[in-house]
Amino acid sequence: MKHLKWLSAILDNPKSKYGLILIALLVLFACIGPFLVVDPTQSLARPHQAPNLSHFFGTTGQGQDVLAQTIVGAGPTLFIGFTVGILVTLIGALVGVLAGYLGGLIDELLTALINVFLVIPGLPLAIILAAYLPTGMLSMILILTFTGWAWTARVIRAQTLSLRDKDFIKSAQVIGEPLWRILIIELLPHMASLLLSTFIGTTIYAIGAQVGLEFLGLGDMGSVTWGTNLYWAANDQALLTRAWWTYVPTGLSIALVGFALALINFGLDEVTNPRLTVDRIWRHRLQAMGYTFSRASVYIGQKQVHDFSQPSSPQALESAEKGGNDEA
Amino acid sequence: MSYILKRFVLYFLAFCVSLILNFLLPRLMPGDPVGTMFARFKGRLSPEAMDALKQSLGFSGDSLLDQFWAYLHSLSQGDLGLSVAYFPTPVTEVIATGLWWTLWLAGLSVLISFIIGTSLGILIAWRRGSWLDQSLPPLFAFLGAFPYFWLAMLLLWVFGFQLDWFPLRHAYGDDLEPSWSWLFISDMFRHAALPALSIILATLGGWMLSMRNTMITVLGEDYISLAQAKGLSSKQVMLRYAARNAILPNLTAFGMAIGFVVSGSLLTEIVFSYPGQGYLLVQAVRAQDYPLMQGLFLTITTSVLCANCLLDLLYVLLDPRTRSSS
Repeated sequence: MKHLKWLSAILDNPKSKYGLILIALLVLFACIGPFLVVDPTQSLARPHQAPNLSHFFGTTGQGQDVLAQTIVGAGPTLFIGFTVGILVTLIGALVGVLAGYLGGLIDELLTALINVFLVIPGLPLAIILAAYLPTGMLSMILILTFTGWAWTARVIRAQTLSLRDKDFIKSAQVIGEPLWRILIIELLPHMASLLLSTFIGTTIYAIGAQVGLEFLGLGDMGSVTWGTNLYWAANDQALLTRAWWTYVPTGLSIALVGFALALINFGLDEVTNPRLTVDRIWRHRLQAMGYTFSRASVYIGQKQVHDFSQPSSPQALESAEKGGNDEA
Repeated sequence: MSYILKRFVLYFLAFCVSLILNFLLPRLMPGDPVGTMFARFKGRLSPEAMDALKQSLGFSGDSLLDQFWAYLHSLSQGDLGLSVAYFPTPVTEVIATGLWWTLWLAGLSVLISFIIGTSLGILIAWRRGSWLDQSLPPLFAFLGAFPYFWLAMLLLWVFGFQLDWFPLRHAYGDDLEPSWSWLFISDMFRHAALPALSIILATLGGWMLSMRNTMITVLGEDYISLAQAKGLSSKQVMLRYAARNAILPNLTAFGMAIGFVVSGSLLTEIVFSYPGQGYLLVQAVRAQDYPLMQGLFLTITTSVLCANCLLDLLYVLLDPRTRSSS
């Protein structure tokens, strides 16, 4: 599994490492948290209480405990986010790899479909779907998958196009491997890092879109999620009554999840994008030698700081040479 | 010209798909939400109005194809049916009241966000590894992780309620009449400031990062080294050689992002009771006003497609390669 070397590399990269730890903690918290707090739907106390000792995050306009709502809301929100992430990645990968590998008429048709879904704005489409479908978790997952698959398909198709004419695919064809095997065993594993990063991107999108739909009042308003928390906060005039504590914890939690996921993607990008890797290596080397690295690129400096004709870092050379078309 | 032709075919296709979706959804959805809507409005609407509503949502008993032709016919006359929430105002009239405000707000914030984000992207790509490059991307990634409308709530609370710097709601003061006077226009800007700022803060990071990444790719090209070797000033190389080429892919992304930003601005409008499409949308959702909801979907989609068309024309103007392709 030589081409999965980046998997251990993302654990070494500080950005993706802390992102992963943060996400793991949040998921853990979402799993065990609900057993530790009071019932988030129960009206327990005077409404719109500011944070105090018996209610650390205060109470909502209905007298519910905000801390309990924030913690219990994490579960369904994260579950829907990750489920949509997985579904979109599966569908997008399948459509993208089929279009890119087969080419011809099938590619033309699938690309047209992908582009159509890309230019139709997602949220308005999701809104009319949500208005007509029965409310519930399943509908939400279906809607977000339907409106979100195209971006992944486009990215995977582009990558497939750049891999299609490589020798290992050619040899698989000559051996006579069946289509599904070429697609799933040969092509997709070579895009594992790309699949992971689109999965993360989709999850961020799904959480945001879900929260947006529920904020509009389209969703299961009886359940406790981060989106419904914000909906009720807005509905109970949290802004007018200046009850900032009813919406700040939920918003911060959403941002924390998004930020942690984005961190993983940053780290992933640094590990798998050779240009950024080379850059980092040069920066460290120059700093170690006492120079500052501030120009656009070390190769185009106006002052000659060092003889770069003999790059002595084998890793830098190696990573610069392997698969330079990650961005394609 | 084939590039632009291809794009226009795509937009036409997308328009057709949204038309068909719009037509099919009320007719195929399970659970008959439209039936419950009729039940709710029984007695409140006149029998003729009920008939018109049923007709427009596909309860006429005609075949699906006949209904589709009727649908296209009324659409071509600019007839989107009657709004239920604002009965008996036609949907088109209701939408027209909010369309310009959304275009103004979303257009303003997209433009500012794109200009600032792209400039910052150019700068941090040029000074890679500087403190600016180290701090800006994570900062904006963090801001971008917030839902737009949540940032809007926070800004409203801080700058509207606590500091009292900006008005709290609506697109212009209640005591003003729309006109081209200085007073009205400055008031319009004051009212747009907070909603626009929340959209800008949430989207800036995306432009910055994508510009930074394309800049880094372009900076590795030979013509950059050549420009440096010729002794051109840093500023000239950065702006006229690198940024000029790097901005093209970013412009393509701009088209894709418009739909995204418009979606986000819909939610922001709700927080500020800004009288645009988003505000109408939430009214439609609350009143289960299906004709209005569908009309809004169609209008928003069409505006986004038009914006994309304009951008493509601009792209052809900027990139000679799209013109010469046979």
